[in-house]
Amino acid sequence: MDTINLSNKIDWEFIEQVKEESGQNPSLCYQCGNCTAGCPYTNYFDYPVSMVMRLLQAGQKDTILNSKAIWLCATCETCTTRCPCEIDVAHIMDTLRIIARREGKVSEKDIKLFYDSFLDSVKQFGRIYEVGTLLMYNLRSGHFLADADLGPKVLTRGKIHFFPTKIKGSDKVAQIFERFQKKAKRHG
Amino acid sequence: MAEKEYAYYSGCSLEGTAKEYDTSLRLVMKTLGVKLAEIPDWSCCGSTPAHTVDHVFAAALAARNLAIIEKMNTHTVTVPCPSCLTVLKKAHIGMTTDESFKNEVNALLDEPYEGKVTAKSSLQVIYEDIGLEAIADRVTHALPDLKVVAYYGCILNRPPDIAQFDDPENPVAMDKVISALGIEVLDYAFKTECCGAAFGVPKRAMVNELTHKILSMAIDVGANCIAVACPLCQQNLDLRQEQVNQTMGSSFNIPVLYFTQIMGLAYGYSPDDLEMDKLVVGADHLIRSRIPVEEYRKMKEAEAAAAKKPAKAKEMKEEPKETAKAEEN
Ligand code: SF4
Ligand code: SF4
Repeated sequence: MDTINLSNKIDWEFIEQVKEESGQNPSLCYQCGNCTAGCPYTNYFDYPVSMVMRLLQAGQKDTILNSKAIWLCATCETCTTRCPCEIDVAHIMDTLRIIARREGKVSEKDIKLFYDSFLDSVKQFGRIYEVGTLLMYNLRSGHFLADADLGPKVLTRGKIHFFPTKIKGSDKVAQIFERFQKKAKRHG
Repeated sequence: MAEKEYAYYSGCSLEGTAKEYDTSLRLVMKTLGVKLAEIPDWSCCGSTPAHTVDHVFAAALAARNLAIIEKMNTHTVTVPCPSCLTVLKKAHIGMTTDESFKNEVNALLDEPYEGKVTAKSSLQVIYEDIGLEAIADRVTHALPDLKVVAYYGCILNRPPDIAQFDDPENPVAMDKVISALGIEVLDYAFKTECCGAAFGVPKRAMVNELTHKILSMAIDVGANCIAVACPLCQQNLDLRQEQVNQTMGSSFNIPVLYFTQIMGLAYGYSPDDLEMDKLVVGADHLIRSRIPVEEYRKMKEAEAAAAKKPAKAKEMKEEPKETAKAEEN
């Protein structure tokens, strides 16, 4: 973990933005550390979740949006469940990740690629096509053999479909993507 | 009992890697007199990935399904996958508590969602709506060799405001359901520890470490089987168990069953019916001793009687052996 550089000045606009988009009030956090104590991923985070909260109070936009923590958070909801101030911490992490994605700041490229491969399948077929998603991810990430050891286990047990099922309303689902992208462009 | 009816949102996993969850759940619901109504042309809920893009967008992918369910006979939907459930409930709660959010979401949809659907996990339906008594009533077989820990995973009961079911720190529903089947359930401290969720593919090492903890604790408390209610948990604990052994130097070999498969076994369905062959770590050795409850009861009575005999025999002093034999015949 790095020493936090707080010399950057407080970005009040960023604090307001997170408040607005998450509907949460980060200034309620009194740094008890309960969230971090229960976070199963804290060993892998560059900034533990309670520190992300502190950085947020201090308006340290760049440090937060470039952190690995916001991408490694699995939305397990432990922090939200245990915060004595009833802050929906997981939802704040969610919101920070969304803002980071929007601003093109992705410290964990593989995770984003995995999510994108997943969403592509939803857009195309209306449902998840597991084989396709994995193949797509492997191609894009360059980890050609990611989980190749699991292949035979899955295949011999007939656990996957070789062909995607396309739902009738897949175009309706694709429209949700398109309308959202149009709207994002208008606002962006 | 009048037949209960629910809309059934199986979710994508149950069509693929978690097929056995779908199959066993349908059988168990049939036994319990619950009708599952298919949701016409349902689509993916968007899961975690959509939540990294935008809240309105994520809610829209989920709400397309809620809008379809709203048009069905029943407005209560049961959802086996905790991830789908959370996503559907988050969309519902967001849209019913914030008018402008609702309008934004509906603007992305063809058919608007008006907020009339109640979503419940399949475990919740079985535990609360059917109840332990009815669950116990249907049992036909005993599984004397099973020592189960119930593993709930991180989001089945969390956060409490969304899940609105059981306890977020020490859930008991699955423990009680399995106990009601007459199966031994052990105390387990890691009921809600996270297994690594969807990070199995992009962050395999991390997931292997988290999974290792959960498996170790199960072994430490003396379990020989883990019961789950989540496709991702099942996948991380079962499919990746050998990965865990390789990376962590462990030698786990503990079957991870959907709680509905365990119920199905107690209800007399064959391992084939319940697609037990889809488990990577097989459970055959635990199931072999399964016997009809009647026979099991007789066996237990005979055992209890036999245990009492030596004491009796001593009292009688004369010809104790022959008396014992005569009794047995
Ligand atoms: S939701 Fe994210 S930050 Fe919170 S405890 Fe879980 S992994 Fe950690
Ligand atoms: S649990 Fe809540 S109050 Fe405590 S450090 Fe975390 S966010 Fe702050």
